[in-house]
Amino acid sequence: MTTWMLRRLIQAAFVMLVMTVIVFIGVNVIGDPVEILISPEADQAERARAVAALGLDKPLWEQYWRFLSGAVQGDLGRSFVFNEPALKLIAQRMPATLELAITAVLLSVILGIPLGLYAGLRPNSIGGKAIMGASILGFSLPTFWVGLMLIMVFAVQLGWLPSTGRGPTRELFGVQWSFLTWDGLRHMAMPALNLALGNIALVLRLTRAGVRENLPMDYVKFARAKGISPNRVVFVHVLKNILIPIVTVVGLEIGGLIAFAVVTESVFAWPGMGKLIIDSINVLDRPVIVAYLMMIVLLFVVINLIVDLLYTVLDPRVRLETKE
Amino acid sequence: MSDTTLEVQGLSTHFLTRAGVVRAVEDISFSVGRGRVLGLVGESGSGKSVTGFSVIGLVDPPGQIVRGKILFQGRDLTKLDERELQDLRGNRIAMIFQDPMMTLNPVLRIDTQMIETVLAHDNVSREEARQRSRDALGMVGIPSPDERLVSYPHQFSGGMRQRVAIAIALLHRPDLIIADEPTTALDVTIQAQILAEVQKLAREVGTALIWITHDLSVIAGLADDIAVMYAGRIVESGPVAEVLDKPMHPYTHGLIGSVPSRNARGSRLRQIPGMTPSMLNLGPGCAFRARCARADAACAADPQATAPVAGRTLRCFHPQLEMTA
Repeated sequence: MTTWMLRRLIQAAFVMLVMTVIVFIGVNVIGDPVEILISPEADQAERARAVAALGLDKPLWEQYWRFLSGAVQGDLGRSFVFNEPALKLIAQRMPATLELAITAVLLSVILGIPLGLYAGLRPNSIGGKAIMGASILGFSLPTFWVGLMLIMVFAVQLGWLPSTGRGPTRELFGVQWSFLTWDGLRHMAMPALNLALGNIALVLRLTRAGVRENLPMDYVKFARAKGISPNRVVFVHVLKNILIPIVTVVGLEIGGLIAFAVVTESVFAWPGMGKLIIDSINVLDRPVIVAYLMMIVLLFVVINLIVDLLYTVLDPRVRLETKE
Repeated sequence: MSDTTLEVQGLSTHFLTRAGVVRAVEDISFSVGRGRVLGLVGESGSGKSVTGFSVIGLVDPPGQIVRGKILFQGRDLTKLDERELQDLRGNRIAMIFQDPMMTLNPVLRIDTQMIETVLAHDNVSREEARQRSRDALGMVGIPSPDERLVSYPHQFSGGMRQRVAIAIALLHRPDLIIADEPTTALDVTIQAQILAEVQKLAREVGTALIWITHDLSVIAGLADDIAVMYAGRIVESGPVAEVLDKPMHPYTHGLIGSVPSRNARGSRLRQIPGMTPSMLNLGPGCAFRARCARADAACAADPQATAPVAGRTLRCFHPQLEMTA
């Protein structure tokens, strides 16, 4: 277990290192931020000063080195635009995105698994077929369109829910959260559902496929032959077996939801990281882009680690120790 | 309690598929008494397993019991609802499956899978249920049952897993055990051990046993009675020694003839020509006639069950009374 953990951590560090190189080179080729930051009337001397101030006069390898040595000390550079540490900017926006993404994940599990079980247990019922049909829509309708439709129906026509913003927040552990106030929850309802829609469909289909695959297995028949209740057969015997692929996908999707909440955040003007990164890309605010991407990579690495650990809980056949 | 634990009368189980009706089990009758062992023999696809699942009420759709009675201690199981069947399953009627690698749930510990079986039928404490599970493991010869209880199925060998499955079947000391080829997937030494244990237990507890297999040598050593199935019907049945010594149905002859024996060393094994017919939309008449050397025009009609000798049944127009070499 310890060896496994150590190995995974070294791997993770290596992945992060490789990402720094890719990201750093990447942002250097997409454009010159100086052109955007400096007013067009600035003369050559002012321009040179600005370039020096931003550290862009140094050769690329030296810029990279300075970035890397800063990064290991927890400093990912200062935003060109806001002149604040990039990490701080991201940290300010992160709770908004996190609560949105986590609510979306909870929604996809709470709705996806029961619907999938129903569709899997009654594949020929009207309800089962309707669920499967609807899940295709959930998959294929573009997020921005669904978001706009939600606003049209629930905010404009019916006037039930607010269309934009985060609403009032309340502090917990020194961070502002929306989900602690009723109005905040109302603000979150539509963006969270919008973000969750594709995942509900995904979890639902995975669950249904798992149920269809597991029901004909001998262990299910044996469990029934033991005379235990049908509920126990489904919720203990079958569910625990199909949870493994679901945990994998949900784990990866958490990362995806946080990283790519951009569209939903834009539609509902949700002040999260997605909106920050879009703005930063528009003005080529390199440190923020790099810091954001590094955060996302870290997030994926951590989630993968947690998913691997969860496997051992769910499937006793998975052993983390390497074989002697 | 009468001496007959299970009496099946005219049971037919059909599968209504899109391509047509599969008469997996057609008009079969047999009975098993207390402490007796019935061997149900036949090729793959002859309806042996479907018979077993019909008795315990676990035929999967599109299969359904269309006719017949299954009298278990006088109660007709075909008339019971799902809830009543659930009370009987694992409690009074238990089943052991063919592939021990597949029957235990891979992600649940052995104790979970055993205790839930105890608690499903008896209102006892978890601790007592654990106690009984441990005793059952000990009974089927699993060493250090306390440690084994907290293991997962993948930590057991195939033979051990089958013992666990048997222990689960024995938890409530059932009146009837249906064993569906339980030793087919095991190697010969394990097979012999398990056979001996099951036989001992059946005798001690008075459990009636239906042993489904295609292996005549297992039946010869284990069963009291034998029923030979072909294409969904019982073609011949009776006390095991009599049927194996003096088979009357040409199919039984063929089966016995295709078992390698020490006596006929060096000579070619005889095989039954042809293949089992497709069960889909099987027409009337003796299903074996296409492969039978004795078949004639009469065989185009359905042979009815007759009792040529007391205690035996036969479905054949041209019984073979002498074993031909």
